[in-house]
Amino acid sequence: MSGIVRNKISAFSVQSLQRVGPYALSLRGYSSGAKEMTVRDALNSALDEEMSADPKVFLMGEEVGEYQGAYKVSKGLLEKYGPDRVIDTPVTEAGFAGIGVGAAFYGLKPIVEFMTFNFSMQAIDHIINSAAKSNYMSAGQISVPIVFRGPNGAAAGVAAQHSQCYAAWYGSCPGLKVLAPYLADDARGLLKAVIRDPDPVVFLENELLYSESFPVSSEVLDSSFCLRIGKAKIEKEGTDVTITAYSKMVGHALKAAETLSKEGINAEVINLHSIRPLDRQTINASVRKTNRLVTVEEGFPQHGVGAEICASIVEQSFNYLDAPAERIAGADVPMPYAANLERMALPQVEDIVRATKRACYRSEPRAATA
Amino acid sequence: MAAYLLKSKNLINHLKPRIGLFGSIVSDCSLSSCLTHYQKSKFDPNLRNPDEISRIKSTLFVPRRFESVRAEKQLSSHDVDDDEKENSQVLEFPIGKVTFSPEMKFEAESSEQCVPCYRILDDNGQPIAHSNFIELSEDVAVKMYINMLTLQIMDTTFYEAQRQGRISFYVTSTGEEAITVASAAALRIDDVIFPQYREPGVLLWRGFTLQQFTNQLFGNKDDYGKGRQMPVHIGTNKLNYFTVASTIATQIPHAVGAAYSLRMDKKNACAVTYFGDGGTSEGDFHAALNFAAVTESPVIFICRNNGWAISTPVSDQFRSDGVVVKGRAYGVRSIRVDGNDALAIYNAVSAARKMAIEEHKPVLLEALTYRVGHHTTSDDSTKYRPADEIEFWRTKRDPITRFRKWVQQNRWWSDEAESELRNNIRKQIVQAIQNAERLEKPSVTELFTDVYDALPLNLREQESSLRETVRRHPQDYPPDVPV
Repeated sequence: MSGIVRNKISAFSVQSLQRVGPYALSLRGYSSGAKEMTVRDALNSALDEEMSADPKVFLMGEEVGEYQGAYKVSKGLLEKYGPDRVIDTPVTEAGFAGIGVGAAFYGLKPIVEFMTFNFSMQAIDHIINSAAKSNYMSAGQISVPIVFRGPNGAAAGVAAQHSQCYAAWYGSCPGLKVLAPYLADDARGLLKAVIRDPDPVVFLENELLYSESFPVSSEVLDSSFCLRIGKAKIEKEGTDVTITAYSKMVGHALKAAETLSKEGINAEVINLHSIRPLDRQTINASVRKTNRLVTVEEGFPQHGVGAEICASIVEQSFNYLDAPAERIAGADVPMPYAANLERMALPQVEDIVRATKRACYRSEPRAATA
Repeated sequence: MAAYLLKSKNLINHLKPRIGLFGSIVSDCSLSSCLTHYQKSKFDPNLRNPDEISRIKSTLFVPRRFESVRAEKQLSSHDVDDDEKENSQVLEFPIGKVTFSPEMKFEAESSEQCVPCYRILDDNGQPIAHSNFIELSEDVAVKMYINMLTLQIMDTTFYEAQRQGRISFYVTSTGEEAITVASAAALRIDDVIFPQYREPGVLLWRGFTLQQFTNQLFGNKDDYGKGRQMPVHIGTNKLNYFTVASTIATQIPHAVGAAYSLRMDKKNACAVTYFGDGGTSEGDFHAALNFAAVTESPVIFICRNNGWAISTPVSDQFRSDGVVVKGRAYGVRSIRVDGNDALAIYNAVSAARKMAIEEHKPVLLEALTYRVGHHTTSDDSTKYRPADEIEFWRTKRDPITRFRKWVQQNRWWSDEAESELRNNIRKQIVQAIQNAERLEKPSVTELFTDVYDALPLNLREQESSLRETVRRHPQDYPPDVPV
């Protein structure tokens, strides 16, 4: 399956590269012979390079060592760095998150892996009360350079307790930084940036993206490559409507943009990268240009990331809107297991296409047909 | 019993095809052990003593069940020495070599006697005969006494100040002065402290001044905490004392993480964390002890078992023999100490520190004591416990009086020194309160700093907009907050 996906992506990216923003334009010269990298390898290489560069960095979590990582993201690291720096922990999220925070208090730089962010709820007190708030509550005496990472959001057929998206929950907490990569170079550049960052970071990956392959330039492959935290990226420039998305939904948004372009709607797709701090400048500048907004996310609709983006537009760019903003989010139900129900509970490309058309005042039915 | 036999019959039928799995039927050790015994002794049930039969009910299997036992013999024979075969059967499980026993014996939920408690001084401050302990020098002993008494007077004065409405909240350490001061005395300044909130004694020992304590209580501009925290939620990295957090027991895994870091740095120091009896019910306590044992981290866990978690007595908190027995469950060495005996605490913590650093072993220390004061100023403990019980512990079991008797007996202290110190401290605290009250509060800049390492754009915007608003409407804002 990943093979099919890969072919689709590379075919698509050659096309879309014609329209992407300044950074990716430099890729054009490499696109035909570009090296490809899976998101998994991108993350693995980022971990490897940062652990090699700084002896204080260490990895901790369930199955990260001997098993090479529950999703093989930490493959080869135990062998290379030894059990002191790649720690297989007992089964206690609260325990190892707390221990990671304590190690960070005392000067190490832990990377704590949750097998899925659904399990991070068992450790959320340490993430919020011990990590996020400590620098503030200690008046700057205690810094917490910790990274909490792992897969977030829905996978395939893993039901309610393995499928929730936590971007909105963590994104609401001051003191935390929250990031969500999509492409392989997002994954690489952002993970390197957060490991070096002195603040506590929640790094939301996606299980289904691990095997997806994307072209990477030699600049990305260089060990000093690092992206800026807090900067959204315009994946596809457009003029008619702004679509914001993060993580897997960026792929859906790009596909929707392709469908829409055939119907004469030129959508601009923003890959948020950073949930907190949210790049309000880029989003608002884009809406001021296109005058229409569609937000896309996998998570629950109420108090979601899209809600915050809409509020930001209303506060800063109200007069520029030509139509009400459209929000696409996961269904307001715990994720069901059956494949047909799961499909209906998650945003599909057709949903984004329909929402964008509504934002452009083309009449479209609201509900999806099965 | 019939039901048990039926169940075991099924198990045996399953055993036949599943030879390879025999070793992994851990849950029914008694079953397999009985089979072993049955096979080895080759006894005829009819010849057995009826009393024994009733005791070993589960061995009443029909002889044809013998065949399945051969599987076990095949598996275990290569694991056991020939000598051992005769006496006891041993099988290696993932947890290690386990000896079998034909006796179905449940480990009792508690032993008949409580774990004994280490003490050096009796209730009158006299060393108990045959006690061996590290002798304290006069300097250390007198400094300990002075700090304990300072803590007591500080607590009384600040408690009164809260009742007068001058501060919003306070937490006393009354009755537990020996634990914090004596343990701090046994540690070095490099040992990092992860406190709960009833450990200002440690800060006092390390040199935190009365004025600094007072500034934190009033949240003024000289407060190290920049007015961010409730009273007594102090922290200062200058004294290696991590900021108090209100969340119970979260500091325990933090301490283990820091200890891991110390071990990686190969430092001659350990992490020390304090918590109460209530804190041991939190999941964090269990995860931390387990982790410390597995990672062999140099950490000392000091539990102030003072009998009460707000209004919850220990009998409602746990049913084990206190906290000391929990160490064993996690593979952590532990000791129970008389928390009101400063000398015993000093000795035990010194020894624990040595073990932690030299052997890379976590150590659990349960200090038995009594919370003489209320939980905090928001509590009135006479509502849930008898006043005469409180009075008894305040007077007859006071750790300070007890230590004073020992120090005075050594001619290191006198009644004159006592009254002089009492006056002195009281005066200092009153002066500190007056100073602190007069000082300004932290400026509004401090509302926005330290959320992140660097001030982000949105907070910079909010700060300038707040300044603008305060300037335009000064009557809506308190006068003692500098803009």
